[in-house]
Amino acid sequence: VSSVYWIKQQPLPYPTDALEPYISKETVEQHWGVHQHKHVERLNGMIGGSEWEGMSIGQMMLASFNEGREPPQAPFFHAAQIWNHDFYWRSMKPGGGGKPPERLLKFVNRDFGSYDGMIKQFMDAALTQFGSGWVWLSYKGSKLPHVNSKSPIPSDNYGRLVISKSPNAINPLVWGHSPLLAIDVWEHAYYLDYENRRAEYVSAVLEKLVSWEMVESRLRKAVLRAIERDGHTSMKQRRKEIHVGDASTSGEARRRPRSQDQQVPSSVTVMPAGEAVPN
Amino acid sequence: RLSKVVSYYGLTTPPYKTDALEPYMSKRVVELHWGKHQQDYVDGLNKQLDTSPFYGHTLEDMVKEAYNNGNPLPEYNNAAQVWNHHFFWESMQPGGGGSPEAGVLQQIEKDFGSFANFREEFMLSALSLLGSGWVWLVLKRNERKLSVVNTRNAINPLAFGDIPIISLDLWEHAYYLDYKDDRRAYVSNFMDHLVSWHTVTLRMMRAEAFVNLGEPNIPVA
Repeated sequence: VSSVYWIKQQPLPYPTDALEPYISKETVEQHWGVHQHKHVERLNGMIGGSEWEGMSIGQMMLASFNEGREPPQAPFFHAAQIWNHDFYWRSMKPGGGGKPPERLLKFVNRDFGSYDGMIKQFMDAALTQFGSGWVWLSYKGSKLPHVNSKSPIPSDNYGRLVISKSPNAINPLVWGHSPLLAIDVWEHAYYLDYENRRAEYVSAVLEKLVSWEMVESRLRKAVLRAIERDGHTSMKQRRKEIHVGDASTSGEARRRPRSQDQQVPSSVTVMPAGEAVPN
Repeated sequence: RLSKVVSYYGLTTPPYKTDALEPYMSKRVVELHWGKHQQDYVDGLNKQLDTSPFYGHTLEDMVKEAYNNGNPLPEYNNAAQVWNHHFFWESMQPGGGGSPEAGVLQQIEKDFGSFANFREEFMLSALSLLGSGWVWLVLKRNERKLSVVNTRNAINPLAFGDIPIISLDLWEHAYYLDYKDDRRAYVSNFMDHLVSWHTVTLRMMRAEAFVNLGEPNIPVA
């Protein structure tokens, strides 16, 4: 048993009964208090005296991913699961759900056709993830920062929202995507409340619990990070996108004339940091 | 009048009542696990077989073929899960557990050193699997010995030419309602109270038709 605590478990952003009746107090206590806590303990046992000392959870996750070679290094599973769970808890709030705010909705309409289109794609991904895993809404930024080679994906597919599913602990950051929303579809996330009815659980999260404000604020930061990383963007353009940022006149919109309503989020103001996102 | 005869897979019934494994595996868990999860795999497979070249194959053939050398075809997950669950239910019996006898015990002692070593290895393998999957006792054809392996999601050791002897489901749906995160207690109770050494003996007898576990017995001319 490790006596040194390199990593501390993040507190929940709300009381354990705050997501009732959609996610029960019992589930949250078990999922956050026992399941996630075990990952923290296991990871702590791996850090002392190793190359992982002093790294943040996110750094450790990316460094131990082993660039996709199987298997990842030992800390990956626990580091990624801690990251994923913290991100999941902060993707929800009591009284969440409903429709996304207008600026986020514009992105949703552009990339999925409509809110319903996005929900349908999200549900499909959630129901077809075979075995334990996660479903994500992510922003596919302008570059894949952890991959040295050029991306095979055409550049005009960058800068958009994507839905993906991932097995076990995999986090879309390892593909160079910026996660915006995570739903845990490991059976432990819903079995006590919904038994085998995964669709009911995912629907309840999307309709009653998702914090779309959080998703929007993550999107703003993701777009900013993508712009900062993007070597092709001139300083001038960068300033324009950050400070002017009105959708219809942004450089982003003009650069891709084929999609009429493409845009960066208007008036990109950096929200107070709600959470740690690894760079 | 012409009619077309079609045949699909049905849900096989465990060889005991749904409450027969209480208190180690609750009635509710068996009802859901067998009646919902396994049924879904059967339904999913049958739906695929409507248009699949695997229509007409035996389940075992499908499990071997659809694995496709590690690039599983679309039918693989459902076919393997139907096979795995059927095998799992038959790996247990009410009042099971304890220790095997005679030949099975000797073989375990030969291949693991002792029954306690085998139990420990089975436990460690079950606890080291990340995510959903299975832990198995298999008879390795080439090495001609028993071995413990774990596999991810639906993967079945038939694909590697091994002969399954025991399977234990490590998907969370198999134990979460009864044990929550305590996978160790679940595996422990399986070993001590549920595993059917009776079935294991029958499976070993069948397996020995394919694998000679003794010294070669060559008649003198």
